[in-house]
Amino acid sequence: MKTVAVVGASLAGLSAARSLRGQGYDGRLVIIGEESHRPYDRPPLSKEFLTGAVDEAELALEADGEDLDAEWILGTRAVGLGIRDRSVRLADGRAVRADGVVVATGASARTLPGSDGLAGVHVLRTLDDARALRDDLARGGRLVVVGGGFVGAEVASTAYGMGLEVTLVAAGPTPLSGQLGPDMAAAVSLLHADRGVRLLCGTGVRGVTGKPGEPPTTPWTAARGSGRGRVAAVLLDDGRSIPADIVVVGIGANPCTGWLEGSGVALDNGVRCGADGTTSVPGVVAVGDCAAWYDPALAAHRRVEHWTGARERPAAAAAALLSGGTAPFTPPRPPYFWSDQYGVRIQFSGHAAQADSVTIEDGDPADRSFLAVYRRAGHPVAVLGMDRTKLFTRWRRQLATAAAPVGTA
Amino acid sequence: MIPVCLLVELPRGEAYRLDIDPPVSVFHTDDGEVFAIDDTCTHQDASLADGWLEGCEVECPLHASKFDLRTGAVDAPPAKRPVRTHEVFVVDGMIYVQPSTEAPNLPPCIAARLAGEPA
Repeated sequence: MKTVAVVGASLAGLSAARSLRGQGYDGRLVIIGEESHRPYDRPPLSKEFLTGAVDEAELALEADGEDLDAEWILGTRAVGLGIRDRSVRLADGRAVRADGVVVATGASARTLPGSDGLAGVHVLRTLDDARALRDDLARGGRLVVVGGGFVGAEVASTAYGMGLEVTLVAAGPTPLSGQLGPDMAAAVSLLHADRGVRLLCGTGVRGVTGKPGEPPTTPWTAARGSGRGRVAAVLLDDGRSIPADIVVVGIGANPCTGWLEGSGVALDNGVRCGADGTTSVPGVVAVGDCAAWYDPALAAHRRVEHWTGARERPAAAAAALLSGGTAPFTPPRPPYFWSDQYGVRIQFSGHAAQADSVTIEDGDPADRSFLAVYRRAGHPVAVLGMDRTKLFTRWRRQLATAAAPVGTA
Repeated sequence: MIPVCLLVELPRGEAYRLDIDPPVSVFHTDDGEVFAIDDTCTHQDASLADGWLEGCEVECPLHASKFDLRTGAVDAPPAKRPVRTHEVFVVDGMIYVQPSTEAPNLPPCIAARLAGEPA
């Protein structure tokens, strides 16, 4: 293999490049990134970066002096893949021919229809998004967060700490109900209520309105362009209107796979992959948020949009790429994620949806400090910790050990 | 030298946090070796004694940075700076640590707090 192109220059792409070099690949390595920034760490973007406690230099993922001997093509999007000669076509007209391709193009934030061009409405995915939100939050005022996932819950927590009046709107029964299951999500959501952050759950959002004099924006009057004034309120499905100076929309992300359509690489809510990142096309692997790896524990393909997946899984994908898919591999560890909200550490590993029971094994939700174990037919399938770091690590390790038979591709 | 605990009180695979400033964690590996490193991850405020010990490597319990217990080097990000290592002695079944005289690589939030600024 003489040339490998890594398409995507965030954590998954960088981890793939590091794994390739670490596994002895010494050919040409081209790293292509849509953003103009070198690889940076995204978890602080909803937390310490917004408050100013972490600055841009600290977000850098590359170590001082780290040299992957790679050609970096940044600020240029990939727009197509020719699988016959494995050429990656770029938006500026160039093409990079490669023997191996790592697809690590990530996902893009879903937006609220009709909010384009309205000042004060934000999504949070990239450094540029975070810069804009940070500047807006510094003005203070009333923040409405739309979406009960991690971005929403963390931004609510951060903004509360910065003194804003915060309302969190979630379509589910509580924030994080999809990720943690309804009972434990309710326990974790007490953190919001404790601080007086207003929770509006079980309602969808119809759209946002601009300041008086500005045309209302709804999904059916979507207009593009800037200069449409500033957001004034969020309109709920039930007809209520929630006044807002700033709106953060955290309603999930779509895999960035449009550039692969028609290429022959099989797509199905992300790049459809084996349990080692191999795709339907030899010489092409996929990692990170855009990749739907086969998960033996679920017997299904699933995108895992977590930091640890983007960090750990590329090693297996790099091995598969370099070996032509014949390298023995260890299935990835169960998903793990953390979230810091209101000074409390929330950690979760495994699959909540598989469980038929959840029990508190230590601590008490009333104290906002506990460990819960999710089981299916008596076997642990997931664990949740709130400020129970040491015990959580033991359970996480036990889950991973139980789920790690060695297989081959 | 600072006494830590009796070797028999620290089973293999376990860690002991020594509450000095900054704290130091002492690891007893599955192979029976004893190592001491700074307890605080250089990335963010997390206790490595609460981490995942595997071989001569500890994974931060929070963000999964990995450190080599022998050298303090970063084996996996997001941490970028090594932790300090400290000399360990076992005398008559008692573990002692000789703290390093190098400057520690504390995470930005802790360093800011020590400097008297808001974290």
